Amino acid sequence: MFDRLSFPQPWLSLILFASWQFLNDGVSGASVVMGIILAWAIPQITHGFWPERPAFIKSWRMPAYLVRVIRDIVVASFEVAKLILSPRQPRPVFVSYPLELEHPLAISILASTISLTPGTVSVDISDDNRILLVHALDAETDDEVIDAIRTRYEKPLLEMFE
Amino acid sequence: MSQFAEYAICLLLLTGGAFTLVGAIGLARLPDFFTRLHGPTKATTVGVGAIVISSVIYFSSQGEGIGIAEILITVFLFMTAPVSANILAKAAMHIGVSTVNNTRGKPWEQ
Repeated sequence: MFDRLSFPQPWLSLILFASWQFLNDGVSGASVVMGIILAWAIPQITHGFWPERPAFIKSWRMPAYLVRVIRDIVVASFEVAKLILSPRQPRPVFVSYPLELEHPLAISILASTISLTPGTVSVDISDDNRILLVHALDAETDDEVIDAIRTRYEKPLLEMFE
Repeated sequence: MSQFAEYAICLLLLTGGAFTLVGAIGLARLPDFFTRLHGPTKATTVGVGAIVISSVIYFSSQGEGIGIAEILITVFLFMTAPVSANILAKAAMHIGVSTVNNTRGKPWEQ
């Protein structure tokens, strides 16, 4: 029964508590109480959905990855904007992307990155977690999309999670 | 407010507005569901990002400190946008929404 009183995800609890204080525009008695309740309840409810934590993440590589992703979002946004405003038709394509990553958390980070960068959306993942279906707005060949994802995002994530 | 801050805020607001507009045009102009998904979810990321940064600059130049709320808005947006795009795409795939004729490749059946 003490399981119910614990914090199964200490970092998640801490982040929830801190962001609740920020949302409340300053720390007060009420916000601390509510923050503790949320920091306890949300991890308890969502505990079953979390993938097992990887043994070791090289988290110091994360900032460099984030900088690259933000840069790519800006650059690719201009390309998509140009495509939308130009009269020519886009050449959309569904690409089956063979994953090298194995950890569920790493795959979900990769899928989110693909969806965030303009021009590509991750649509689905195969049941055995081996193939990611990606929809690209405008691409000449499949390999172009696969190479871009492989070198820009999957390689750094592989280094982070292996 | 300094001259520089004013220009920076104007520039960011105009950029943000332009990108949001382009996202809306994309929604209207692109040919099928999957391509339309790209317009609003993407161009808007930069649009909202620019507007939020201009808000941060405005309130910090007014001497009210850096707005944490704006940063939280950005974080939540960047966390939820890919998930909603993914769910929309997946739902469309299961219903079997038709794709534009020149699409290469097919969504798989599972």
